Amino acid sequence: MTLAVARMPAVSRGGNNIRLLDTDTIRKDFPLLSRKVRGKPLTYLDNAATSQKPQAVINKITEFYQQYNANVHRAIYAIGEQATLEYESAREKVARFINAWDTNSVVFTKGTTESINLVAYSWGRHNLGPGDEILITEMEHHSNIIPWQLAARATGATLRYIPIRQNGTLTLDDPGEYFTDKTKLVALIHQSNVFGTINPVREIARLAKDVNALVLVDAAQSVPHSPVDVRALGCDFLAFSGHKMLGPSGVGVLCARPELLAAMEPFMGGGEMINSVTMEESTWNEPPWKFEAGTPNIAQAIGLGAAIDYLETISIDAIEEHERALTQYALDTLSAIPEVTIYGSEVNRGGLVSFNVENVHPHDLAQILDQKGIAIRAGHHCAQPIMQKLDVPATARASFYLYNTPAEIDVLCDGIMESINFLT
Amino acid sequence: MSYDSFKGDLRDLYQELILDHNQNPHNFREIEGANHKSEGFNPLCGDRMTAYINIDADVIEDISFLGTGCAISKASASIMTTILKGKTVKEAREIFKKFHRMVTTGDADIQDLGKLAALAGVHKFPARVKCATLAWHTVKNSLDGISVVATTE
Ligand SMILES: Cc1ncc(COP(=O)(O)O)c(C=O)c1O
Repeated sequence: MTLAVARMPAVSRGGNNIRLLDTDTIRKDFPLLSRKVRGKPLTYLDNAATSQKPQAVINKITEFYQQYNANVHRAIYAIGEQATLEYESAREKVARFINAWDTNSVVFTKGTTESINLVAYSWGRHNLGPGDEILITEMEHHSNIIPWQLAARATGATLRYIPIRQNGTLTLDDPGEYFTDKTKLVALIHQSNVFGTINPVREIARLAKDVNALVLVDAAQSVPHSPVDVRALGCDFLAFSGHKMLGPSGVGVLCARPELLAAMEPFMGGGEMINSVTMEESTWNEPPWKFEAGTPNIAQAIGLGAAIDYLETISIDAIEEHERALTQYALDTLSAIPEVTIYGSEVNRGGLVSFNVENVHPHDLAQILDQKGIAIRAGHHCAQPIMQKLDVPATARASFYLYNTPAEIDVLCDGIMESINFLT
Repeated sequence: MSYDSFKGDLRDLYQELILDHNQNPHNFREIEGANHKSEGFNPLCGDRMTAYINIDADVIEDISFLGTGCAISKASASIMTTILKGKTVKEAREIFKKFHRMVTTGDADIQDLGKLAALAGVHKFPARVKCATLAWHTVKNSLDGISVVATTE
């Protein structure tokens, strides 16, 4: 389906009803954005895959290694105490940022993928059985499909899917069909990494609660781009990645209801997660440490804390508004190119646009744009079921963040036109 | 066609011949009742291809393909069908070996490979090697099926 020419130009540069961020200033904070690629200024439009890092985050990681590199929770000496303090203060920042139940409801993992797997093992393997149903949606990232396929296989539970429409929205007309007494867990993506759809998580959480099912939200694409209040969402588990929100790779978060964390079995065994160990058996440390076996990614967690500080100085609300304006501008300009088909709904969408160009395969498009210093995504975006639904092998995707500008979207559109001329 | 803003390597990858075959692929059809048919899938990009081959007395009498793919995979498949038609199975295997070496290392005997040499630039784009070889792997599956049959006979 082709999106009709968008309703109103939200960004007319020079106009004054738009609230774009001061990108000139912001871009100076991101050293990588000033580099040239293939002789051209870098136009980085693959933020849904990973974000660039501000100097403040890079500095914080360097500071850790230069000034207080030590293991956490073990050392009885000054730099060890400082490392522990910084690591735990990063946890507090995360907890505040998403309004967690308490600081200890924040478990550091290596990313969204590990967070979801943690729940699938520590909760899923002990609470699911034959006759039980795990309910997910057809628009999930593979990281919220495969762990449940594995859990279903291991426990005899059944995996079911809430269907989506061609425009990337959930069909919830007949909730009684999907939310039943058998439903034990509902796991869904908050903001789609393919369509940009922002799913009605609160409504779904209510449907889940009506049948006493737990709710897991894959917030990998929402926490970096919009204010997320885990308690207001009404979910039980929330998973996201540090690297998509200006933080380093190697750190992510699972936030969960304290009583669930207390009752859950450990995920991995090792140091840090124990209380006492004998040759026969062991007792577990309190959450969240119960789930953080071994030396954690200390520098990365501290770096994530610095990323949250940075996001808060800019304001996550302002970032959301900036991206909304950019996305509207992208929808307007892209839909003015007759060969372009845009996927997704016109309303309730976040800062990314998936599209295809007639007679130009997304791989060729990405390759040609790369020559112009433009980085976009081409492929199935780890969501093959969606590609099957759309009946396309792949799509191109441009995804935005606080440092992107309308001028970069113009560069993208020019590049698309040139690619069309080049290949057809 | 304008190359104006795309200089250097990109031209190596997208040579004129490749762009032509992408727009007008040869043997882009089904062979009804083909005695060999195989499917290829590139999980990385979701591209799918079906190859149809008629082999008679060890000679590739007819060969065609259908499917979706990028310019590189489509052009590679198209040129492949024009080259393999009339070759023996053994010759086809030899050409695949040389072609594979060319797209992975850039090392090519132009004489032997003919029009396939247009794909030599692929070796500078490692991410695209799979695109260039999808059709070949698909056809090789059919050929391997043959040798199995041949040895049992
Ligand atoms: C919606 C969504 N969920 C999960 C993931 C996986 O995140 P990670 O690879 O950081 O574990 C991603 C990132 O690609 C994503 O976009």
